[in-house]
Amino acid sequence: MRPFTYELPSGVSEAANLGRPDSAFIAGGTTIVDLMKLEVVKPSRVVDINALSMRGIEMSTDGLRIGALEKMSDTALHPEVVANYPVISEALLKSASAQIRNMASIGGNLLQRTRCGYFRDVNTPCNKREPGSGCPAIDGENRMHAILGTSSSCVATHPSDLAVALVALDASVRLQSASGERLVKLDDFYLVPDTTPHRENQLLPGELITEIRVPRLAWATRSTYLKIRDRESYEFSLASAAVALDVNGDQIQDARVAVGGVGTKPWNLPKVREALTGKPLAQETFAAAAKLAGDGAVPLKRNAFKVDLVQRTIIRALMTLGGLA
Amino acid sequence: MEPPADSRPDHEDGSSRREFIRRLAAISAGLTVAAPLGRAGTITEKRALNDEPPKTDGAGGLMEIALNVNGNTERLIVDPRVTLLDALRDRFDLTGTKKGCDRGACGACTVHLDGRRVLSCLTLAVMAQRKKITTIEGLATGDELHPVQAAFIECDGFQCGYCTPGQIMSAVACISEGHTGSDSEIREYMSGNLCRCGAYPNIVAAVKTAAAKMKGEVN
Repeated sequence: MRPFTYELPSGVSEAANLGRPDSAFIAGGTTIVDLMKLEVVKPSRVVDINALSMRGIEMSTDGLRIGALEKMSDTALHPEVVANYPVISEALLKSASAQIRNMASIGGNLLQRTRCGYFRDVNTPCNKREPGSGCPAIDGENRMHAILGTSSSCVATHPSDLAVALVALDASVRLQSASGERLVKLDDFYLVPDTTPHRENQLLPGELITEIRVPRLAWATRSTYLKIRDRESYEFSLASAAVALDVNGDQIQDARVAVGGVGTKPWNLPKVREALTGKPLAQETFAAAAKLAGDGAVPLKRNAFKVDLVQRTIIRALMTLGGLA
Repeated sequence: MEPPADSRPDHEDGSSRREFIRRLAAISAGLTVAAPLGRAGTITEKRALNDEPPKTDGAGGLMEIALNVNGNTERLIVDPRVTLLDALRDRFDLTGTKKGCDRGACGACTVHLDGRRVLSCLTLAVMAQRKKITTIEGLATGDELHPVQAAFIECDGFQCGYCTPGQIMSAVACISEGHTGSDSEIREYMSGNLCRCGAYPNIVAAVKTAAAKMKGEVN
């Protein structure tokens, strides 16, 4: 680990002023301490934001508000989250381990970095870590990598399960910097790699995620998160699906579908949603809609199985929600 | 011929093997490891060879912090890079907490902060201030083992024992969180603690046994 100065600001504006390009904010530390040890990130200043007041989980007529410093574990078990948005609770409980969920903040979860082995190994090139150095994953070990949103610069997956659930629910993040605050749709917040994989989101230097806003969606009480992985627990996903289903008798009124483990960002699937809306509640409907999830997929040598897997993951999640499984 | 005293290797000056390893580790980590103030006196009395504050290119520098470990508060001087795990092992001599992967993947370093289980390898020592830190050494009451410790012995919940302190700290929290309803629930909520010997069936049995005892179902 490289030397750094430790700062403990007491207010958001003070923190924002300390946030420069060579600074790193730290909340739970589960990503940043790991990456500092690997020297993947080398901040000369670490700004501890735990004294800031970005906390609280509240349900109102607008929907759910989660303070960015709330822990994954507390959010997953919050009665309003469990009751109104099971998909959020399940996505969190299927993430990491009990210890890490006690440490990691919700804001930090959304900003965690990819698990791509080349990104984490400073002895190999990586366009995300060192722009222009190349991407060994494209022709290398890419079983865990993305099939959607990839480019010739980067094929790394976004690792957050929570973000997949939040994108499906059309959530936004509130960002605050020294110059003010703004509300950004999470789907727009994340960027595909294109030619600039080092830019993963819209966050500017010194800007903080202060809270997450999830719109009220009464029928999200019928929602779930299905995560397929190499081992049953404490593992990142090969493919995952966040789904919500609004059913009236035998007809699908509306749906939400987003997938993880397959995209360079949490992958929202509005076309799958449209293909479900107004259709009969049946396996055939789910299968036809899920096919659209493969649109634009670019499989690599070792991850072609994900094209099929992601569709099956969506179908199984919908079958469970629809009471057909 | 006897070498001059000041050029002798450290392990010949009467220090223990553990002390020698500690110094090697400190050198290889490039970190200054100073003793807790309360025990060794002043900042100038350091146990490591690397006595100079780290070169920091303008950043860095040592910090004086206070940590409450197993009910005792001690002040110590640390580089902000020092993790809680390294502080516990190298500064408090509490070597029960183990360093496995040192990357948050194995759970061997599990301790409690304010009663919640966390990974000490991913916690900066400076950020553990103002919290109650409990390690495996803080579980027993005098000579009386904590029920989870006793259950691990009773159920033979280990083989080599390296992951055991982390397993026990995690198990204590797993029980207090109420996640012992079934074997599969125990396995899920203990999944952050890896055991390379594969003692999992006996670990699950130990957690179940301890949970039952702590509920008063078994005496």
